[in-house]
Amino acid sequence: MLKLPIYLDYSATTPVDPRVAEKMIPYLVEKFGNAASRSHAFGWESEAAVEEARDEVARLVNADSKEIVWTSGATESNNLALKGAANFYSGKGKHVITVKTEHKAVLDTCRELERQGFEVTYLDVLENGLVDLDVFKAALRPDTILASVMFVNNEIGVIQPIGEIGEICRAKSVIFHVDAAQATGKVDIDLNALKVDLMSFSAHKTYGPKGIGALYIRRKPRIRLEAQMHGGGHERGFRSGTLATHQIVGMGEAFRLAREEMAVENKRIGALRDRLLKGLSDIDQVFINGDMVHRVPHNLNISFAYIEGESMLMAIKNLAVSSGSACTSASLEPSYVLRALGRDDELAHSSIRFTLGRFNTEEEIDYAIKLLHEKIGKLRELSPLWEMVQDGVDLSTVQWAAH
Amino acid sequence: MAYSVKVLDHYENPRNVGSFGKEEEGVATGMVGAPACGDVMKLQIKVGKDGIIEDAKFKTYGCGSAIASSSLVTEWVKGKSVDQALDIKNTQIAEELALPPVKIHCSILAEDAIKAAVADYKKKRGE
Amino acid sequence: MFAPVYFDHNATTPLQPEVLEAMLPWLTGQSGNASSRHDYGRAARRAIDEARGRVAAAVGAHPTEIVFTSGGSEANNLFIKGAAACMKPGLLAVSAIEHPCVIKPAEQLVRRGWVLQKLSVDNDGRVDSGHFEAVMRQRPKLVSVMLANNETGVLQDVAALAEQARAAGAWFHSDAVQAVGKVAVDFRALNAAGVHAVTLSAHKLGGPKGAAALVLDKRVEIEPQIAGGGQERGLRSGTENVAAIIGFGVACELAVRRMAELAPRLIELRCRLERGLSSAGATVFAASAGRLPNTVYFALPNIDGETLVGQLDRSGYAVASGAACSSANPEPSHVLRAMDVAPELARGAVRISLGAANTAAQVEEFLLTLQGTVARLQRLSAIAV
Repeated sequence: MLKLPIYLDYSATTPVDPRVAEKMIPYLVEKFGNAASRSHAFGWESEAAVEEARDEVARLVNADSKEIVWTSGATESNNLALKGAANFYSGKGKHVITVKTEHKAVLDTCRELERQGFEVTYLDVLENGLVDLDVFKAALRPDTILASVMFVNNEIGVIQPIGEIGEICRAKSVIFHVDAAQATGKVDIDLNALKVDLMSFSAHKTYGPKGIGALYIRRKPRIRLEAQMHGGGHERGFRSGTLATHQIVGMGEAFRLAREEMAVENKRIGALRDRLLKGLSDIDQVFINGDMVHRVPHNLNISFAYIEGESMLMAIKNLAVSSGSACTSASLEPSYVLRALGRDDELAHSSIRFTLGRFNTEEEIDYAIKLLHEKIGKLRELSPLWEMVQDGVDLSTVQWAAH
Repeated sequence: MAYSVKVLDHYENPRNVGSFGKEEEGVATGMVGAPACGDVMKLQIKVGKDGIIEDAKFKTYGCGSAIASSSLVTEWVKGKSVDQALDIKNTQIAEELALPPVKIHCSILAEDAIKAAVADYKKKRGE
Repeated sequence: MFAPVYFDHNATTPLQPEVLEAMLPWLTGQSGNASSRHDYGRAARRAIDEARGRVAAAVGAHPTEIVFTSGGSEANNLFIKGAAACMKPGLLAVSAIEHPCVIKPAEQLVRRGWVLQKLSVDNDGRVDSGHFEAVMRQRPKLVSVMLANNETGVLQDVAALAEQARAAGAWFHSDAVQAVGKVAVDFRALNAAGVHAVTLSAHKLGGPKGAAALVLDKRVEIEPQIAGGGQERGLRSGTENVAAIIGFGVACELAVRRMAELAPRLIELRCRLERGLSSAGATVFAASAGRLPNTVYFALPNIDGETLVGQLDRSGYAVASGAACSSANPEPSHVLRAMDVAPELARGAVRISLGAANTAAQVEEFLLTLQGTVARLQRLSAIAV
């Protein structure tokens, strides 16, 4: 028997892997010490667990554990990286480059930097969602100090050319930050090879708990930051505040599992995603958003033309999916990511993001395919746009009475 | 988004979905909204010789509240004269469906659809 | 195998079993992102709202006044820097005994043109009323005075201080992380007196690490310190830590409900401890001030605090020398310095902070162990001399 709704929203958050939860619970119960307590065994025990987890995070991305700083999540990591680097290096210049399809945590932080007197260039992307390297190069200026490009897009799952952008940045001595919240466990990350200076991580997108993340801060060449949270001087002064040991232990275990299992797991998840895509390919007027080659195997973002996204979500409420990014779901605006791809608003309104993960099964995917067929038929029956298109009307020629 | 029971009912079992034949006598159409805004409503009324709305049909591209608002309106206009139909206000629709503030625009759109359909009717009659 | 006795509850507290139980489904099951609109997301949103109600009720606040953060340090940073960002730079006053997560952000503001006044305290660690009045006459824009000090346990009459600060036109913040669950904290009453914001922390009151709150009067405009996503009414972005927030809610409720029973018991244990310490020749800091029921801060003549806590740890007692967060820092405590305690004595400072699971028997055994340890250390130091 299937458990409904079927969870197909792994990019919003993943369930905590039971093996991760098992590792966390002792640190909630008997091993409850404050890792900053230097005077007794309770503190040392927590500190040892924190350092072991730090090693695990570093190992997944081939970094040194001294380069990993704990934060409360990728949003905080992005804030710390961008504001911390921009403020520290503001003497060298005040220009920052990012991309229009970044997560709000990066975009909103860039807006804040603009209010502080920085100038930010928001790059367009190609129709497939990827950054055009020539456009990136052209945006660099003598006063550019920082660039931020996400590894994997949260809505469309495309993988940006981080290796190439890193080379360009390094050659121009521009600090390069990468939001990798959606990338860990999905793409190989080798910080020994990549010319990345700062990288943000999240636990809860990789089967770890919410409330914990990390920032990688390169030591060679050394990158410096202005701390954003001040206090007891935890995390070598980069980030003060009592460490949430159980969450850190959970992130360490989640990243260890990712390192050990991602190769096999990604093949399996990719096969499920392809099964879903194949199952939907006989439906008329279906458009895939984002490049299908440079893309994580977990993601399928589709616009079902002439069906509005929210009514679609209602119709398929037995599938837990999202239309647009989870963080912006409260607003009525179409996804800014899809608009940046040049999708017209109507198709942007009609998009559904399916993100698959560790616990999905073939049976679940087959159920989803069947349900989608059924509901798309029903909603198109309801759609005046579909009717007009069937009657041969070109919608782009219609004068809409906008309200 | 938590939908009210009535919105869910209209959404699950929309009343009067469809279109009248183009040539049918007394049929008038109101089409409001725009795809770029995320909702388009097409409301059709079929008006008898006595000026009473005998039947109504709709098609809506939009969220659940937009679909429910238009479905409700097709029920409400039936049996009314075209001028009585114009008395239906968006606040009544919003109240009946218990629409949250972010969905009030759906009821406004439904009211606009009635106005547009009646205007089309009057235009066709040469008023 | 002996279980060490935990006497360091001001650093962090063990999680209450009921709290763990409430958290487990959110750690082990399918927990959604509270921003998602499907069933999993909505269930998370409902649970967070419920927790918000519990936290608010525990301190007499309205649920819409609660801003969840990742910890007390973040909440203190959010208020100090966030409120300052919405004003033209001016005078800022914080007590000299504040936790570093108030003092450090206040010091940061100096770089942005603010003038920082550290409010003096008397020998018992209470804010010096003469100095406070003098500073208020200079019309500060922001004032922060903690409700209870983490090292000494000294309670401040923040309502009275806030009345004066309000007359001066200041926003008044109080770090209450050590107070909730040990003494009554009523935000509505404090707010009426002129307190505009209060910081709470889950792991100091039997909840998990990773959740805390800024209780904020909505008239105070603050600028978010973490941008992107717009959670917590735009004041604190980032995916909500559902499990920890739920644990926080339950822990608050329990802590407040059990306080009436717990506080007298802790006071009795503390008295027992202090009697024993005095007879061993210890100085108890801030002994005549109103203090938290659970905190004893003392020093023994000619005995180094670090050495003593090390010995006690080996004997099975977890105590602290100075605040946990600054334990890495070998300098004598800034709190004792502000109280004008002689540096030789301050170097001997040891803090015992009791909790619900501690017993009279543990205290008596501890005092015996301490006597032996002290005698040995004093012999050693006599030889060294």
